[in-house]
Amino acid sequence: MRPPEKVGRMKFVKAVALSIFVASLAAFAAAQSGGELRFCLRSEPKTFDPLKVEDDASVAIRYLTGGVLVRMNRQTQVLEPELAQSWKVSKDGKQITFKLRSGISFSDGTPFSAEDVAYTVQQLMDPNLHSPTGDAFRSGPGNVETKIISPTQISITFPAPVAGLDRQFDQVAILSAHSPKKEMAVLGPFMVADYQPGSTVLLKRNPNYWKRDAQGRQLPYLDSIRLDIQPNRDVELLRFKRGEIDLINSLDSEYFDKLGAASPQLVHDAGPSLDSEQMWFDQVSKAPIASYKKTWFRSPAFRRAISQAINRDDLSRIVFRGHAQPAIGPVSSANKFWFNAKLKPQTYSPDSALKALQSEGFRLENGTLKDKDGNAVEFSLITNAGNKYRERMAAMIQDDLQKIGVRVNVVTLDFPSLIERMTQTFDYEAILLGLTNVGLDPNEQMNVWLSSSENHQWNPQEKAPETAWEAEIDQLMRAQASSADPRKRKEAFDQVQEIVVEQAPFIYLVNRNALSAVAASVHGASPVILAPQTYWNIESLSVH
Amino acid sequence: MRSWHGRVWRRVASIVLLLVVGVSLSANWLAPEGYARQYREAASAPPSRQHWLGTDEIGRDRLARVLYGTRISLLLAPAAALLSTLMAALIGGLAGYLGGAWARVAMAVTDLFLSLPWLFLLITVRAMMPLNVSPMISVLVTFLLLGLLGWTTASRVLCATAGSLRNADFVQQARASGVPDARLFWVHVVPNLKPVLYAQFWISIPAFILSEANLGILGLGVTEPTPSWGSLLRELEGVISIGEEPWKFVPLVLLVIVVTSFQLVLSDQEQVAA
Amino acid sequence: MLWRKIARHILALTLTVLLGGLLSAFLVRLAPGFTVDEAQLDPRLNSASVRALRESRLADRNILSFYFHSLNRALHGDLGTSISLGEPVTTLLRQRIPQTLRLVSIGVLLSWAAALALALSAAWLRVSAYDVLNTILSGAFLCIPAAVLALLSVLWNVPGSLAIALIVFPRVYRYTRNLLAKAYFLPHIITARVKGLSELRILLWHVVPVVAPQLLAVAGVSVSIAIGAAIPVEALCGLAGIGQLAWQAALARDLPLLTNITILVTLVTLLANSGADVIGDMLRGQRA
Repeated sequence: MRPPEKVGRMKFVKAVALSIFVASLAAFAAAQSGGELRFCLRSEPKTFDPLKVEDDASVAIRYLTGGVLVRMNRQTQVLEPELAQSWKVSKDGKQITFKLRSGISFSDGTPFSAEDVAYTVQQLMDPNLHSPTGDAFRSGPGNVETKIISPTQISITFPAPVAGLDRQFDQVAILSAHSPKKEMAVLGPFMVADYQPGSTVLLKRNPNYWKRDAQGRQLPYLDSIRLDIQPNRDVELLRFKRGEIDLINSLDSEYFDKLGAASPQLVHDAGPSLDSEQMWFDQVSKAPIASYKKTWFRSPAFRRAISQAINRDDLSRIVFRGHAQPAIGPVSSANKFWFNAKLKPQTYSPDSALKALQSEGFRLENGTLKDKDGNAVEFSLITNAGNKYRERMAAMIQDDLQKIGVRVNVVTLDFPSLIERMTQTFDYEAILLGLTNVGLDPNEQMNVWLSSSENHQWNPQEKAPETAWEAEIDQLMRAQASSADPRKRKEAFDQVQEIVVEQAPFIYLVNRNALSAVAASVHGASPVILAPQTYWNIESLSVH
Repeated sequence: MRSWHGRVWRRVASIVLLLVVGVSLSANWLAPEGYARQYREAASAPPSRQHWLGTDEIGRDRLARVLYGTRISLLLAPAAALLSTLMAALIGGLAGYLGGAWARVAMAVTDLFLSLPWLFLLITVRAMMPLNVSPMISVLVTFLLLGLLGWTTASRVLCATAGSLRNADFVQQARASGVPDARLFWVHVVPNLKPVLYAQFWISIPAFILSEANLGILGLGVTEPTPSWGSLLRELEGVISIGEEPWKFVPLVLLVIVVTSFQLVLSDQEQVAA
Repeated sequence: MLWRKIARHILALTLTVLLGGLLSAFLVRLAPGFTVDEAQLDPRLNSASVRALRESRLADRNILSFYFHSLNRALHGDLGTSISLGEPVTTLLRQRIPQTLRLVSIGVLLSWAAALALALSAAWLRVSAYDVLNTILSGAFLCIPAAVLALLSVLWNVPGSLAIALIVFPRVYRYTRNLLAKAYFLPHIITARVKGLSELRILLWHVVPVVAPQLLAVAGVSVSIAIGAAIPVEALCGLAGIGQLAWQAALARDLPLLTNITILVTLVTLLANSGADVIGDMLRGQRA
């Protein structure tokens, strides 16, 4: 160590100048750099091609990297312009015309124009693609036509009306027609920089991203995003507590409370989400189950009685520790526009359930419910193994139904076995499962409600509607889909909701709340109920 | 002196085992409300005077679940362990004793058994069983399967042991004096396999108890609302990530005590460090 | 003569491995869920797409022809393409083998170091309290679920190979300890001790030769145990290895991937075990 007085004057000046320079550089860098955001994907992304995306992990990457024409604001649930400055849907609901922004280029520098939109739509509508995003636009037979009016104007015509046409484009990330990097050339805020299969996906900011903030600074603020592939929630929580990751989307309610008890500022409960937990009975006529059981399951009075005998308040209070709402019908109250507010919450009443069953010929003998032929009422309830919340719900339902003399056997199965029973062999009696709703529009559930559809879970692929109420739902769903008038559509879908609650093909149990955790170092986060809950506003997030 | 110590340990272990069996048999009396009663106003409660070990996530008394779970696990896991040990003795011991092509084929089969994805067999078995099956049948089938699949490790070691015995002096002497092969095997070979057989039996008990819980993923094993040690031990995963619930370790401590006692009771007098 | 023996060994090995692949393909095909894909539950998919998804799964319905074609392709260096991940199986395996190799080999070595240290010290000391203590210690690790050990390794930030070691350790320890205890009571060893030979000399000259073949067999099997333990450990510790891949493949009923992983695991198991056998035979031959 040299004593300070021995430092020459010139050297001192140089040192001061240097330190000022370094400091200002650091300040400049701090203003420029938004750091690295880290969180977990719960499964391996199956594809980086935005058109083929179906799994959650790929959806997340598409959201972060894909540039879309329009974007539904996840907070206000309103559609906002992105790559398209404006757009117009024709009266018949078949055609949409976009006016595009100019002077934008892909992450690799390839300029963006209407040609890319035409290319993307043609690729998406390829009948051999079989992607959920594409199928959402496929409302009738025939080909889609794209007409490039000018480099910044394009009109797309579908063979049949597509309900909520403009909203569907929220899911369509635009591909480049010319870039040699194919789908890796993106228009979104980030681009895939590195992928280590089974462990991480590293995203870097897109240097050519077009959007700027109010101060004219280029977005996004973040330099990079590190996505660790980690299916286990316990590990995810451990790593969050250790500060190795910054966000947890859809946090478990149990962990929400524990984490919140220690540091309440880190956890967010955004209220009920769109996701519902529900159970249903097998109503397939050719199902390999006893015919007397089919008679019960096909009786609306039986289904309603079961529904009434389940204590939904206890399910949300105990299983989800209050971070869930008892479900009312097929649409969560979180879906502001489409929820039918006239529907009343299901009341829990084992007594009236029992009375209703008795008027149908059932009777209670020594604590066992028997049908009019003397068969004891017993059924198995299957759910996917490894989901402790469903296992607990099943155990509570078992306990609830025992009070009206119904014996429930809970069986947990691995997911592929469960899906095979549910969609191919129909060898089950009742299923407890959750269905996640990605979008708000009833059209996205078309294939759940149409009786001819594969995903009409309680009785799929009916040749003709087997009941009058299913016929009515078919007709109402088709009516709302072919109308462009939101009021008429809402009216029709309100009726669908009423029929579903009345007939109880699905017994809706709870709507889980959207729970999340955000580290204190993340700025600009305001979690919402729609996915992606914590990073929907990724462009304006930063990490310090 | 040392063998006296050994006897003491064995006596203590026997008493512990008897105590555990006794307590679990008197579960009806100790926990008269049963293991399925849901105290919904006191879910996830810490230990209290009503619930000595607290309650689980849906309000069931954990002590009652431990007691009733002990019955099933303590009865069936040793039974399955015995089955797998016998199979290992038969397959591995015989193959090693006979030697030559027999040993090679038996060991090739063992190696195949060690590497095949049995998960899929278990999934198939579940598919062949009816859905409305009583928890007791389901758990019996599970432990039977575990017993039938769990012999491989020991079998390899036994084959090596029996192989070295085949040419041992005392076996050759016995053979020369005209002792028939079957008698030779049971009287001279099997007793020498004991160290491996005991190890296999001891290892299998906790391994099967834990496997039973993992098989719950496939719809096999103990189903709701019946408790088992395996399912109680799975609670520990949550404890690690959120912490601060030491009473959830009770089933683990109990299992370690039981497993240790089994080992001590089993050991020959000279083997407990005479 | 030697060459013919080696050739016969290789032939037997190849046949067993191929049989392993075929059997695993049958097991996967037999299990329910073979023709389903989670993706088909997406309500946005129309009927044609759901059917197309199902059809694509049915392509490999006939296991014998699937296996024959796969083998044919494998001879040209192509192991097929994973259904669930869409990548060539060769790429997937090449990316992940090093990770698992490191994990398993370090895990096995650590577990043997611990097991031998405890078993030998117990055999030398012959203090019953010490032996009971070791039994409790190894019993505790045997009773803790593998997932919990893996989570603990994440919690304390220790490498996953330690978790593997702790899962394998009690099994190796118990065999080793019992075999050693038995060996120390063989008449000639008791005689040696009475004669006042040093403990180390007794161990190396008299005990090890007796138990070596069995210990080698335990060593061979411990590799299989470690590979089995790699599945939960890799899945929880976020390590991209073969175990994690196998679990993903099992959940997705990914036939090409599962068959190849089974073949790989069978090969490793066979090599480890027959290696142990051969060395054991050599030792036995030397003594005879």
